[in-house]
Amino acid sequence: MASGPSKLYADDVSLLVVLLDTNPFFWSTFSLQFSEFLSHVLAFLNSILLLNQLNQIVVIATGCSSCSYIYDSSSDSNPGSEFGNMPRLYSNLLQKLEEFVARDEQLLKAGKQGAIASSLLSGSLSMALCYIQRVFRSGPLHPQPRILCIQGSPDGPEQYVAIMNAIFSAQRSTVPIDSCYIGSNNSAFLQQASYITGGIYYRPPQLDGLFQYLSTVFATDLYSRAFLRLPKSVGVDFRASCFCHKQTIDMGYVCSVCLSIFCEPHKKCSTCGSVFGQAQLDVASEASRKRMASDTKWCSGSNDKIGTGIVEVCVKSACRSVVGCFTGFLGM
Amino acid sequence: MSTGQVIKRAKYKTSVKDPGTPGVLKMTENKFLFRPNDPSSNKKLEVEFRFIQSHKNTKEGSNKPPWLNLIHSQGHSYIFEFESFPDLHVCREFVGIALGKSGDVAKAVPTAISAEQLSTAEMELRIKLLREDSKLQKLHKELVIAGKLTESEFWATRKKLLDKDESRKLKQRVGFKNSMIFDTKPTSDGRTNQVTFNLTPEIKYQIFALKPAVHQAFLNFVPSKMTEKDFWTKYFRAEYLHRTKNAVAAAAEAAEDEELAVFLKDDEILESEARKKVRWVDPTLDMEADQGDDYTHLPDHGIFRDGGKEISEAQYQLYKRTFLQDLNRQGAVVLEGRTLDVDLEHPRTVAEALARTRQESDGDIEQERLNRISQMTLIEDLQAQDNHCFAPLCIKDPREYFDSQQANAVKTLDDSQVGMEQIKCSLPSDEAYGSLRVSISNLKAMGSRDPLVSPEIALTILNGLTKNISSTKYHLGKNSQESVLDILPSTTKEQLLDHWTSSQELLRHYWSSYPITTPNLHTKVNRLKDAISQIYSKLEEIKVSARSDLRHQVSLIVHPMQQALDAALLHYDADMRRRTARGQKSNGYV
Repeated sequence: MASGPSKLYADDVSLLVVLLDTNPFFWSTFSLQFSEFLSHVLAFLNSILLLNQLNQIVVIATGCSSCSYIYDSSSDSNPGSEFGNMPRLYSNLLQKLEEFVARDEQLLKAGKQGAIASSLLSGSLSMALCYIQRVFRSGPLHPQPRILCIQGSPDGPEQYVAIMNAIFSAQRSTVPIDSCYIGSNNSAFLQQASYITGGIYYRPPQLDGLFQYLSTVFATDLYSRAFLRLPKSVGVDFRASCFCHKQTIDMGYVCSVCLSIFCEPHKKCSTCGSVFGQAQLDVASEASRKRMASDTKWCSGSNDKIGTGIVEVCVKSACRSVVGCFTGFLGM
Repeated sequence: MSTGQVIKRAKYKTSVKDPGTPGVLKMTENKFLFRPNDPSSNKKLEVEFRFIQSHKNTKEGSNKPPWLNLIHSQGHSYIFEFESFPDLHVCREFVGIALGKSGDVAKAVPTAISAEQLSTAEMELRIKLLREDSKLQKLHKELVIAGKLTESEFWATRKKLLDKDESRKLKQRVGFKNSMIFDTKPTSDGRTNQVTFNLTPEIKYQIFALKPAVHQAFLNFVPSKMTEKDFWTKYFRAEYLHRTKNAVAAAAEAAEDEELAVFLKDDEILESEARKKVRWVDPTLDMEADQGDDYTHLPDHGIFRDGGKEISEAQYQLYKRTFLQDLNRQGAVVLEGRTLDVDLEHPRTVAEALARTRQESDGDIEQERLNRISQMTLIEDLQAQDNHCFAPLCIKDPREYFDSQQANAVKTLDDSQVGMEQIKCSLPSDEAYGSLRVSISNLKAMGSRDPLVSPEIALTILNGLTKNISSTKYHLGKNSQESVLDILPSTTKEQLLDHWTSSQELLRHYWSSYPITTPNLHTKVNRLKDAISQIYSKLEEIKVSARSDLRHQVSLIVHPMQQALDAALLHYDADMRRRTARGQKSNGYV
């Protein structure tokens, strides 16, 4: 195989960006020890590098006040060599991870007290996508990138918009997001991320064999996936978070101008500032003027001003039909 | 008018010249009857529509009375003269529908159509669309024929379909002829000295378009100074002189006959037009300097047809036209295309219409030229910055948005959420981070366990995964594209799909008719509500009648549909309650 600058990237060479959940509040309450978890993940990373000598891995830690690159195999000249009692990959990564955790703690302390943070998944997703974009631009030949989120802490609904944006940009650049969710309930964000980008979502039921799951389900490169039968998610939670209270809702109100989602009717859209007036101002009856905003309909315009309305719709990201959603039916 | 018949006062004429018999015309779905006012008259008619081949009518605005001409398949025609054009339109539409129906029995022709004033063309378009798309036809039959939606409501949501077809129908316009009229060949009989030019209205139009001078002359001379025939004779005489390359003779003739001179001299109008075009050339380009590059006048250059070898004298230069000029002019006119759309039969009207289109405002030419020069010679570095007035597109102050988001975020996290497990933050951050650090250093010190995963666990995991994957294969079909629908019997599947499309359509109409502001909307909502409850009960039937092994799957599919319908019905009830409550209050006040 060619070496040096003119690397021969076959279609089964992967660039795997792993997003590691390092939320201390999650790990301190979770049944699986963080050290256990790390040893499984490290073994998995090592095996990825062993699968193909051109494979590349990047690890991004997802903390609760910051995210950071903690490992990049392309800058590690000899990851296989022993250092102390473990491979160099392990020691380098752990070293960086320790530094990251210390920094993250400081940042959290510097920030507002009481502001309980969930893991900054949106941040680490964005960093991963940035890294992948750089690889894309490096030249016509590059490894096939994919993202693997190993997440345990529950979704932070306040990150809904940012995460959805990251998901859609991943979809645009055809980067699949695989998700291995180890928390107790399914993660709607990661389910949607994998569904939209064509990745795999899997929640391993037995955590003491995490490595087995990782290597069986998530180690396969994109090319080989065409020939394998990998677990399929049976259902995807398509619910969205409302923009006003960050609640996860499945029926809500959508601004007809900017499509912002709200859990209750508003007089004015907080995103685009559109005023939800009554388009039919010429209707004289007092009663109709008092009508709730929820009654207004899509208006293409009235006599004197652009009609804006707010409608009650199904807010699942794949559907958006006016009340009534047949997701999963008729291939929608 | 909603009933299936139309009765109008009309005169029946057997031919255009016939003065007509006054009487009453009655049209029903299948036939039309004419009863003359004079009962003794023998002009009684009773004809079934299926014998009528086509119909014509006079246009409003033309100077003809409102006539409707029904052409019998055996050739003769029935002409009815109505009292007014609105009467004519009503009957014409009725006939259009009736003919459409009798022509094709399978066609789903709307019955409640007569309330809407639709042109025949539009009707035909709709019928065509329905015939092309059997699904649409099915839906149409189910919703419109059953009276759940009116015809216009049904088509209102399909404007796109109608528009698309409209654009396809746009006829191709006839362009300007590409052949050179300068090539109009005279025919000579060979015996006498006569040549004959054949002139058609089309050629006349072409000449007017190509040669503004001739056009101008025609307007000036005909018919005040000479007849049209004389005019064209003169014109072709001049052409003939050109053709024979006889510049000297042309000059001589021109000296004698000043009208002829008009045709022979270079077209002044063309020249001014050319000047105008030159002005549009980049003003920084020196056209005069480039004139030296023109070598077509040199010996051994140019085009043979122009007779380049002929030594020309300056005084005759005026009477010479080159082939290139002709070709350029032809090209310019062809590109312009046919600008007028009048009957070419009368040269005078053609000439006048053309003159109207030629009128264009010249404006301040010099000023424009200066402007253009300054535009062309712009040097970017030396320009002041373009300070366009614009309002920045600002959706909202972003800071305000994100600040509010942050506050929300904190609040939500405090709230306990349904279905969302929240991190118990009983642990202070020190402790949490501490334990994390301990874990890392533990791993660093101890290294990973050996073996990482015990063989028993690995085996159970592999078995579990295999079972999981193969079970999803059984339940969801071989691939994700295959849906549960495929395992249902085809009749049930068809039924479900039909109900799905019609319920979608109904719901779309239902929700778009809120808020109810007019009595019309009110009746529509009521009608839709009834239709929705019908579908609801039909879905229920399907669920009950499904085979027991499939019942679960069917109910899974039906459930979201019923949910959507439920939402509509609930909204209807709530709205009705609100309305009645309001109604009582207002009664109390009055």
